[in-house]
Amino acid sequence: MALLDRHLGFVTALREAGLLVSVSESLDAVSAVGHIDLAERETLREAYAATLVKRQQHRDAFDTIFDIYFPTAVGDGLAHQLAAEDAEDDDGADGAITEAGDEAPAPGLADAWQQPVDANALRDFREELSDALLAGDETDLGALVQEAVARFGQIQGRRPGSVPGQQSWSRLNVMQRVQPQTLMSGLLAAMLGVGQDRDGLAEQVARTTLRARIARFERMVDAEVRRRVAEELGEERIARSAVRPPLERIDFLSANKDDLAALRREIYPLSRRLATRLVQEQRHGRSGQLDFRRTIRESMQTGGVPMMTMHKPRRPHRTDLVLLCDVSGSVRQFAQFTILLMFALKEQFGRVRAFAFVDDIDEVTDYLQPGQGIGESVMQLTQQARVTWVTGRTHYGRAFEKFVERYPDAVGPKTSLLVLGDARSNYGYLSEEVLAGLADEARHAYWLNPERENLWGTGDSAAFTYRRIVPMVEVRNLSQLSEFVHDLA
Amino acid sequence: MTTATIDASPAFFSSPQDVVDRLGEVGYLASPATATAVYLASVLGKPLLAEGPAGVGKTELAKAVAKVAGAELVRLQCYEGLDEARALYEWNYRKQLLRIQAAPDGQEWDATHDDIFTDEFLLTRPLLTAIRREDPTVLLIDEADKTDVEVEGLLLEVLSDFQVTIPELGTVKAARRPFVLLTSNATRELSEALKRRCLYLHLDYPSTEREKEIVRSQVPGVEDALAEQVVRVVATLRDLDVKKAPSIAETIDWARTLLALGRTDLDEATISETLGVVLKHATDHERARRELSLPDAAE
Repeated sequence: MALLDRHLGFVTALREAGLLVSVSESLDAVSAVGHIDLAERETLREAYAATLVKRQQHRDAFDTIFDIYFPTAVGDGLAHQLAAEDAEDDDGADGAITEAGDEAPAPGLADAWQQPVDANALRDFREELSDALLAGDETDLGALVQEAVARFGQIQGRRPGSVPGQQSWSRLNVMQRVQPQTLMSGLLAAMLGVGQDRDGLAEQVARTTLRARIARFERMVDAEVRRRVAEELGEERIARSAVRPPLERIDFLSANKDDLAALRREIYPLSRRLATRLVQEQRHGRSGQLDFRRTIRESMQTGGVPMMTMHKPRRPHRTDLVLLCDVSGSVRQFAQFTILLMFALKEQFGRVRAFAFVDDIDEVTDYLQPGQGIGESVMQLTQQARVTWVTGRTHYGRAFEKFVERYPDAVGPKTSLLVLGDARSNYGYLSEEVLAGLADEARHAYWLNPERENLWGTGDSAAFTYRRIVPMVEVRNLSQLSEFVHDLA
Repeated sequence: MTTATIDASPAFFSSPQDVVDRLGEVGYLASPATATAVYLASVLGKPLLAEGPAGVGKTELAKAVAKVAGAELVRLQCYEGLDEARALYEWNYRKQLLRIQAAPDGQEWDATHDDIFTDEFLLTRPLLTAIRREDPTVLLIDEADKTDVEVEGLLLEVLSDFQVTIPELGTVKAARRPFVLLTSNATRELSEALKRRCLYLHLDYPSTEREKEIVRSQVPGVEDALAEQVVRVVATLRDLDVKKAPSIAETIDWARTLLALGRTDLDEATISETLGVVLKHATDHERARRELSLPDAAE
């Protein structure tokens, strides 16, 4: 019974984290668990994953919650024995645990926040960690993670509803004291051997390997901290705060660096679809004109009765894609995404012309050469492209005017026009008629707006004005982008 | 092969470990996640959806399962424009026409009708073939993301009940459930309904340790150190965000190439010469050369 309760709690936590777990999937999971050996934790994890997680983007959230609900160990685990040997900062009592917070502690407990840590112990630990990272042994690393959290992760602080002076665990404490990133140069030297040429291939390879291992260590510390906190606070509470929203719901405007990297991988397949959707001639029926000759030849098989008509293949339709992208500060995050999307489209689709604007507009197609590093291109783009004129503040009206003036032939009847921006024009004139002219000329025109729809039309937003001319879609995250691409068909 | 009774699910395996061991025998090194998913698919009798980048062994998995289970592999290759007639069944109307023309004079239409809608004139396509087979079967629905939404609806129907209704013949029910594996490169999101009916397995590039094992098992005679170097360099290349990341098959090809060239050490010059085996785009080559500071290939 207890197992069933745990299962239900787990499924509820997954749903709260944004995974769509249906009742039938939950039932599948129960029957799957019945077939496996429950003592094998990783098998249990994979069994749950196979039945409940149907999108890879949800896997991180799943793993986090799984670790909370099905922890590796209870209490101090192995680390306890090690810490007991030292018996230095181990005050014997386990104490209650409060939620790990990286925020500053309550006043008066400031000294307790930074408990002194034995420098020798820390140095020994870092040495052990180096060895484990070098060897890449998972089990060793697991034991070290437990030790690290038990010894360096403690904080004493106060949270509402807890007893003052309670112990807690913090990821920040572990990272600040252990500083795994600073081990890198030592590890590199050890892996490559002394006196080796320090750049080039060998280093690059070693660096990749080590970086992955250090990241793994950090993730394990995260999980361990959460596990210890969850033990005291209850799973529901910690599960709710520990899980980041899944990638497809992350707002482009608030995405951090890791998210952007992940978004980038996701955008490529989407852009391919977007490109094909925009080009695709609507396929009514299978093919084009009747191919008389082939029809007669085929009819020989059926004794001269033309049972199947044969058709000539349709000529593929060529469409140009023209992108107009706002790259100003107000949409900086979105601009990064915009540039990613431009890049992706450019790689998928040869006939793309991209224009970037703030209050002036410039063609940036050439900066988006496939194969070039995205970082370099962005750098070039911001340094060389003439996108600002005087103020450096977005001015849609002027940008559109200049676009038509300088590139009169860019938009034609075969063009799909895509405008990316928040339509905030700093109260400048809007040149609606210019945009209307462009929209008329083009085969399709769409506007993707990264701003929440209920903010449109507020302040200096000209979203409503432009929306009357060009269909405008709110695209704040990946799922909205894929919806847009899907609806294009 | 286990003794599966008729109508039961194809319990090919007895535990996840059994999956690892037996797939290992035929040269497929399964990760714990893969083994668990395959095992569950076999005991629960549910289709398994394997998603992941190209060249991580999704199709190979189906072949390996078929081999160890002594089952026949029925493959449905999906593509855009695939329809019921290609996936499920079709009447061989040319033969039917001949039959009608050749009908003896005076034969009643009803008799002819009964005659031409029989098994003889039925062209079974992979889905129906898999359902009608009485021996153990592995049904591979390859690249399911390439199909149109309508075919997905068809799959939904077939995969949930394992039966097909042919108006002229009646309902064909699976004599025994095939082991179904769907693969997808995730170029588009499959429908929630389809995903709900399947177990899900995300196959990604293997860890360097596993890939090394794979190389060593697939390329006999390769030195341990060389295999290690190859997989590490490949991992680095995948990290570079190239247009087409090297697949496992390409890693294996690379190891074979190096072996054939008699190289025992993978240095910058060797990589530069043989980069074409793993990277198939000119732009990827440029990127790799720049990032790994390789010398230009001596052409």
